[in-house]
Amino acid sequence: MRTATVLLALAALLIAAALLAAGIGPYRIPPFAVLDALWQRLIGGPVQTTIDTVLFNIRLPRIVAAGFVGAALAAAGAAYQSLFRNPLVSPDILGVSTGAGLGAVVGILLGFPVAMIQLLGFAGGLATVIIVVTLARALRSSGDVLVLVLAGIVVGALAGAAISLVKVLADPYDQLPAITFWLLGSLSGVKAHDVAATVPVVLIGLAPLILLRWRIGVLSLGDDEARALGVEVGRLRAVVIAAATLVTASVVAISGVIGWVGLMVPHMARLLVGPRFDRLLPAAILLGAAFMIGVDTLARSAARIEIPLGVLTAVIGGPVFVWLLAYNRRKLLP
Amino acid sequence: MMLLDARDLTIGYGRTAIASGIDLAIEPGTVTCLLGPNGIGKTTLFKTLMGLIPSLAGTVRLDGEALAQLSRERIARHIAYVPQAHPAEFTYTVLDLVVMGRTAYLGTFGAPKQADYAAASDALEQLGIGALAERDSTRISGGQRQLALIARALAQQARIVVMDEPTASLDLANRILVLDTVKGLAARGLAVVLSTHEPEHAFLVADKVAILGRDRFVTGPATDVLTPAQLSSLYGVALEVETTPSGRHVVGPAAS
Repeated sequence: MRTATVLLALAALLIAAALLAAGIGPYRIPPFAVLDALWQRLIGGPVQTTIDTVLFNIRLPRIVAAGFVGAALAAAGAAYQSLFRNPLVSPDILGVSTGAGLGAVVGILLGFPVAMIQLLGFAGGLATVIIVVTLARALRSSGDVLVLVLAGIVVGALAGAAISLVKVLADPYDQLPAITFWLLGSLSGVKAHDVAATVPVVLIGLAPLILLRWRIGVLSLGDDEARALGVEVGRLRAVVIAAATLVTASVVAISGVIGWVGLMVPHMARLLVGPRFDRLLPAAILLGAAFMIGVDTLARSAARIEIPLGVLTAVIGGPVFVWLLAYNRRKLLP
Repeated sequence: MMLLDARDLTIGYGRTAIASGIDLAIEPGTVTCLLGPNGIGKTTLFKTLMGLIPSLAGTVRLDGEALAQLSRERIARHIAYVPQAHPAEFTYTVLDLVVMGRTAYLGTFGAPKQADYAAASDALEQLGIGALAERDSTRISGGQRQLALIARALAQQARIVVMDEPTASLDLANRILVLDTVKGLAARGLAVVLSTHEPEHAFLVADKVAILGRDRFVTGPATDVLTPAQLSSLYGVALEVETTPSGRHVVGPAAS
């Protein structure tokens, strides 16, 4: 079982990345000390104040958040690539990130507290996709995928224009940097309660994708073929869009807009386990989580200031993607 | 016993009817060939027969039950679709493509098990392409891909196989291979419905021929339906049908 081996290796990679990330930072903690602190916490042993404070209040929430952000974006990207029968589609195809961005920047403009900004981001993402789906249905009741994508482009462009307007209106010394920083993505402000609010929503969204993995793969053959094979395409597509939107909107709300991950990680996973969605999804989830933990660790430790995640994923993602295209053309594109 | 029975069907998209008054009965162990000019609605008729699009009037019944009342899963256990061979967007192996034929038996949350892979391998063996199982389905010949899709229909355990122009864009050897396979399916008791642009193929394999024209839908044995007059008016050019001494039928332009 090649797939099982790869998945085990990816799980090991994820754990290693998390342990290393927990130790890296201004206050270094060796991996064994991390393990020991986790074990003591588990069995209720003695508390080592400094290590515990750094680990449980600062680093672990951020690591868990990074893991879920990566897993959610990679899973949503993989599902959309199968749904839209296009390996170059990302979770943003229906405008969820742009919509979430608009919600959040409006929140920043109005001077709302962080929790409210996150909620607005989440609501903006959901609302944008609902508008896109409603518009597509109004234009073509048969539920044509092409109309859906075009509606996504139109609504996404409108939301993008609205974001630009908010930037113009924002206070250039205080709000504009906050808006720019949010739009580039960061986990620097993530707290334990953010993680506690986000994780259940991501899990609720991932569950249908995992349960329906086989049918989502069949969907990649096209609507007619999938239906002839016994798949209720309309219903399945609605579930996939709802689930992918839910996970993307919920993580974008705490992390801001992070590009590339949803596009690139499924491709890397495809190279490891092949194109079948039921194998691709778990690989993409594990790889996405490990990748994002690595990128976020780099973002907080590579320079004196926090590097925006969107910048890092683009800097890493662009060249990696070109490399993938150059050396693995056969496996990536027909 | 009729498997699939279409009565007084009007087909089309949305509110636009493109053909009406279609009566067609599909019986087990037979090959039905559909002919008609480009764009006349052959694919639309097939999609209606499989319940992929609703009929504008009339009903299609599967074993006496209206198709519109049946779930996709239920229909898939009886009717398989072999679309025109096209390269997939993702590079599935031949075995993975064929095992997708088991979808209707897996349950909503299921994935294929050992028995499903065995059924898929068996289907490939039956068509003599077992050696292709691990090959990339986008990197095999058009004829092989067509056979792989037929294998998927076998893995689907369907009793009716609907094939959209299965010999289009195939070379001569692959056409013969596919037509032989079609005859083999009928010999095993399956009902095959296929569309073609080659009247000669219909003479070779069809138990029943249906022609779909601008203002007509005619069915019957090939020799009754594919007459020079019928073919000429169907395609709008003067055609003649010649019978060779060995009994083959050759269709070509009429000598002026």
